[in-house]
Amino acid sequence: MTGSLLGGHGRARRRRRRVTDMVATAMIVLAALIVMTPLVLVLVYLVGRGIGSIDLAFFTQLPAPAGESGGGVAQAVVGTLELLALASVIGLVIGIGTGVFVAEYPGHPLVPTVRLLSDALIGVPAIVMGIVAYALLVVPLRHFNGLSGGVSLGLIMIPYVVRATDEVMRLVPDVVREAGFALGLPRWRVIVQIVIPSAASGIVTGAMLAMARVAGEAAPLLFTAFGNQYWNFDPLKPVAALPLVIYTYSISPYDSWHRIASAASLVLVVFVLLTTLLTRFVFARRTR
Amino acid sequence: MLPVGDRLFDLVILLLASCILVITALAAFELFQGGHLALRRYGLGFLTGTTWDPVHDKFGALPFIVGTLLTSFGALLLAVPLAVGSALFVSEYAPRWLAEPVSYLVELLAAIPSVVYGFWGIFVLAPVVRSIQIDIFRSPVLRDIGFLRSPPTGLGLFTAILILAVMIIPYTASVARDVLRLVPQDQREGAYALGATRWEVMRHAVLPYARAGILGGVLLSLGRALGETMAVTMVIGNRTAVVSGLFGQTATMASVIANEFTEANSATYLSSLILVGLILFLITIVVNVVARVLIHRLTPEGIS
Repeated sequence: MTGSLLGGHGRARRRRRRVTDMVATAMIVLAALIVMTPLVLVLVYLVGRGIGSIDLAFFTQLPAPAGESGGGVAQAVVGTLELLALASVIGLVIGIGTGVFVAEYPGHPLVPTVRLLSDALIGVPAIVMGIVAYALLVVPLRHFNGLSGGVSLGLIMIPYVVRATDEVMRLVPDVVREAGFALGLPRWRVIVQIVIPSAASGIVTGAMLAMARVAGEAAPLLFTAFGNQYWNFDPLKPVAALPLVIYTYSISPYDSWHRIASAASLVLVVFVLLTTLLTRFVFARRTR
Repeated sequence: MLPVGDRLFDLVILLLASCILVITALAAFELFQGGHLALRRYGLGFLTGTTWDPVHDKFGALPFIVGTLLTSFGALLLAVPLAVGSALFVSEYAPRWLAEPVSYLVELLAAIPSVVYGFWGIFVLAPVVRSIQIDIFRSPVLRDIGFLRSPPTGLGLFTAILILAVMIIPYTASVARDVLRLVPQDQREGAYALGATRWEVMRHAVLPYARAGILGGVLLSLGRALGETMAVTMVIGNRTAVVSGLFGQTATMASVIANEFTEANSATYLSSLILVGLILFLITIVVNVVARVLIHRLTPEGIS
């Protein structure tokens, strides 16, 4: 058996096997190191280049004309928050509702289809969702607008929220539901007052992670929210966003714009990583 | 007869859940509607046409299909061995105190926004690639190989492959890690009892057992790579022609949409771009559903 599966006997053979094993171990350790290197490189570069460019003006002023130093991207910071708020309304309401459906109505004939579609939607590229939002909201209004940007991000959020809600609600033991029924509660009160609160920290984690994910999306915003150099609080007009600033500024030829792009990248990454890490540590620990 | 509250709640939940059906149908409909004009005008020739000429209103998507396939599979070629290696490290080799933070850091790779990878690609990776291109140009042997020849801009297919590889590693790695953890301990102990070395245990007892699940993770990564937009758009050079070589400038389906959508000034132009989006939509849905089915079938509890 050993002979056929693992090679013959003899000292040379044994040594070769040991050497192969050591080489494999070295390669596997090396693979792990290589995989982590880009993360370190990106973070070190962003901090090194971006931190000097972040000042109060970055958060409080509008962009300076190309070539002039100073200025900020306050409108994009606010715009990103606006778009996230719009996206969350759509993403969380539909996402949590669908998650509840999939988890709490397991016998319903639509459940397999809904779950399959939600899995399929997770893989649809963000830019394609951008086209859908463009067709739905930009074409009828005849100009780019923040609402369509928020909707595109919301559509991207939905399947992530569905999956998170579904997974944590299924972790709630059936005994808990039965205890509720035994008290004579109707099903909707069991779900709303018992199951959802027990799964709340997991649902919040999923929601925050989904928000962190769409916060950095630029692709669907290119032709929906479009970006804006000025203040605008009207969701029916073009709205600025940090990811769009990073894109347009880093492909521009101006050094001062590259500095702003590096600062915006750092701000975005810190926001996304902090959200990811904090929610994982604060909420995820409690559910598992 | 259900209580009124229950019937109301059931209705609301069912309405919310059916939104996902409506959204999928609406997405497919809008993409089809938008791409209809180009589809009727070019038919299946759209997939094989190599000319993308907005000035003369002539559109074929082959350069982008080729670009998407080359970047995606090139990235998989680099990413999969590294991802599986790091998953083996995390689940089989590393001590517990090290495994946890390493798998965490690998997952953080997925949290960095695409556009930030693009920014890093332009200012760090592209200069490195450019110096490789210049070295090739200076080398008397390599400079005559057409496959390697290209203007040394640092932006092109190779840079896009590198960036994409980094971006898709966490998807294969996290699925592979979870699947490896599900391999029964007996499987390892049996092989050790036969006198196998650690690598032989991995090679003959652990990896074959986890093969289907790892393939699911690879497909998940493929789905990501096919649709990845911003980072690729920023480093690939955005030339609308079939790529000329390893370092050649080209475009992918996603990048051409990102780059040209707001510039499309004729109905056929816009429709052609939306048709590219429809193709991308259909391909990624198929790839992702297959990936999910593979992963679900292997793990009844389901791994995300």
